[in-house]
Amino acid sequence: MSDLAISATGLRKSYPAAKGDGTGDKIVLDGVDLAVPDGTIFSLLGPNGAGKTTTVQILSTLLKPDAGDVRVAGFDLARQADDVRGAIGVTGQYSAVDKLLTGEENLLLMADLKHLPRRDGRRRAAELLERFDLVDAARKPASTYSGGMQRRLDLAMTLVGDPRVIFLDEPTTGLDPRSRRAMWGIVRELVAAGVTIFLTTQYLEEADQLAGRVALLDHGRLIAEGTPEELKRLIPGGHIELTFASAHLLDAARDAVGAGVPDPEALTLQVPSDGSVRAVRELLARLDERSVDVAEMSVHTPDLDDVFLTLTGRPAAVPAPAPADQKQETSR
Amino acid sequence: MSTLSLAARDSSTMIRRQLKRLVRYPSMTIQLIVTPVILLLLFVYVFGGTLGDGIGGGRHAYVNYVVPGILLMAAATAATGTAVMVATDMTEGIIARFRTMRISRASVLTGHVVGSIVQQLLGAAVLVGIALAIGFRPNASVVEWLAATGLFALFALAITWLAVALGLKSPNPESASNAPMPLIILPFLGSGFVPTDSMPTVLRWFAEYQPFTPIMETLRGLLLGSEIGDSGPIAVAWCAGIAALSYLWAKRIFNRA
Repeated sequence: MSDLAISATGLRKSYPAAKGDGTGDKIVLDGVDLAVPDGTIFSLLGPNGAGKTTTVQILSTLLKPDAGDVRVAGFDLARQADDVRGAIGVTGQYSAVDKLLTGEENLLLMADLKHLPRRDGRRRAAELLERFDLVDAARKPASTYSGGMQRRLDLAMTLVGDPRVIFLDEPTTGLDPRSRRAMWGIVRELVAAGVTIFLTTQYLEEADQLAGRVALLDHGRLIAEGTPEELKRLIPGGHIELTFASAHLLDAARDAVGAGVPDPEALTLQVPSDGSVRAVRELLARLDERSVDVAEMSVHTPDLDDVFLTLTGRPAAVPAPAPADQKQETSR
Repeated sequence: MSTLSLAARDSSTMIRRQLKRLVRYPSMTIQLIVTPVILLLLFVYVFGGTLGDGIGGGRHAYVNYVVPGILLMAAATAATGTAVMVATDMTEGIIARFRTMRISRASVLTGHVVGSIVQQLLGAAVLVGIALAIGFRPNASVVEWLAATGLFALFALAITWLAVALGLKSPNPESASNAPMPLIILPFLGSGFVPTDSMPTVLRWFAEYQPFTPIMETLRGLLLGSEIGDSGPIAVAWCAGIAALSYLWAKRIFNRA
C-alpha cells in the first residue's frame, strides 16, 4: 500500500492546433510531476488557462494524457481506470447536478449508481441533506437552487459513495464570501476524516487557507511547489507602503528613508520591511524628524500573490496571455 | 455482482432518472403527442376527401389508409425530441460526473432510449384512440394488434437509437433538432399518405425501397387486413439493422467524447 493518494510523473497533454492556424499543437501540460500524500489537501494554483482543469480531467479519468504515469488511490490510471473511478469523487467547475430532479432525488440517484442498498442510500441522503443545510430545499427541483446551494448539493453528491480521494476544481469560483467560508469549513472537515483532497483554485488566499502543500502551475509547467510557508520564503520579505499628499513630500520621504521604490504617479513609496511593529515605529520616527507628513500607510506581509509575481513576473490575477488556453479549459 | 447485472442495474437507475425528468418537464411530451394528432386531423379533414377519392372510398377510406403513416411520423417527431434531450444532457456537468463514476457507460443512453420509447408508445396510444373516434376501423385480431405494437416498438427502438447517435454527434441542441428532420419527411416519400404507384418513376423507385414503406405496409396489413407480402421480414430486418448499427455508433461516440 503506497502512502501517496495521487502520484503523477511526466504528465503531458496537447491539443491539435486549429485548422489553418499554423502554430502547431497547443501544449496544455508540459511534463507535470505530482505527489500527494494520503489524507492531505493539495492545491494546484494558477491563472485561467494554466492547465488546472486539464490536470483534474486527466486525474479523474475524463481525459487520457499523451504521456505520463499516474496512480490514483493506489490504482494505475491507464490500466485500472474503473477502480480509480470507484475510489474518487469529483466536483467540477460547472454544476454537475440534474436540474430537473430535486436535491433529494439527485442524492438518491448517486446512491443507486454507487450501488448502495436502498436503505443505506436513503440514510446517507438524509445525512448529507442535513449536513449541507439543504433539508428545507430537499424536495424542490435543483433548478430553483441558488449558486451556493447548487454547489453544496454538487459536493454532497460527490460524497455519497464515501470517496477516498476528492477532486475539487475551483470549488468556490463565483461564490459569495459567506458561502466560500462555509465551503472551506466542509473541506477541512473532510480532511480531518482522512480523505485526500486535490483542489484547484485561482485564489491565492484559498490555497493559503486550506492546503498543506501548494503547487504553482503556469503554462502547463509547475513553477514552484511546497507548503505555503516555504513558498513565501522564496520571495524577498514584505514591504510598507506609504502614500503622500504631494510629489514634494514623496521626494523628501525618499531622502529621509534612503531606500524604497517611489511611484510618482500614485505618490507612494514602497519600503522593504519585515512589517514588525518595531520597524514601523522606526520608519515613522525617521519621517517625523524631517517633518514629512504621511497621508496613508499600509503594511504588506508577503503572501502567495507575491510568490506568483516573483516567479512569473505577472500578478496572478491577470490571466496568462493565451486566450486559446482559456478555451481549452472551458470546453468539455 | 457480474458486469452484466451491474449494467442492468445502472440502466434501470438511468431509466428511472429519465422517466422522472419526463414527468418534471411535461411540455415536451405533450408537444410530441399533440403534433401528430393535429397532423392526423389535418390529413383526414382537409386533404382526406380528395385523397380518399383518389384511392377509392373517400374520406372514410382515407382515415384507415393514413394512420400507419402518421404513427411513424409521430415516432420520428419524438425521436427529434430525443436528439435534443441527449444533446442538451451532454452539455450538462452531470454527464461528466457520470463519466467519473464506476458505472456502465451505455446506461445513460439506455435511459434516454427507454424513456423515449415510453413516450412514443404513449403518443401512439393517444393517436390510435383519436383515430378510432374519427372513423379508423381496423379489423385486427388480438395477435395482430400485438404484432403491430411489437413492430411499432421495434421501429421506435431503431429510430430512437439513431436519434441518440445524431444527438451525440451534434455540437449543440439547436443543430440536434435539425439532424433527424429527414426522418419526419420519409413517410411522405413512401406509402404513408398516398399509394406509391401514383408517383413518378424515380420517386416511386425510392418510395418502394426506403425502409419506412415496408414498415407502413406491414402495419397496414396487420391492422386492416391488406396484402403484406414480403414486407414483414423486410420491415423487421430494416428495424433490427438500424437499431444495431445506431446503438454501436452511439456507444462509440459516447465513449470517445
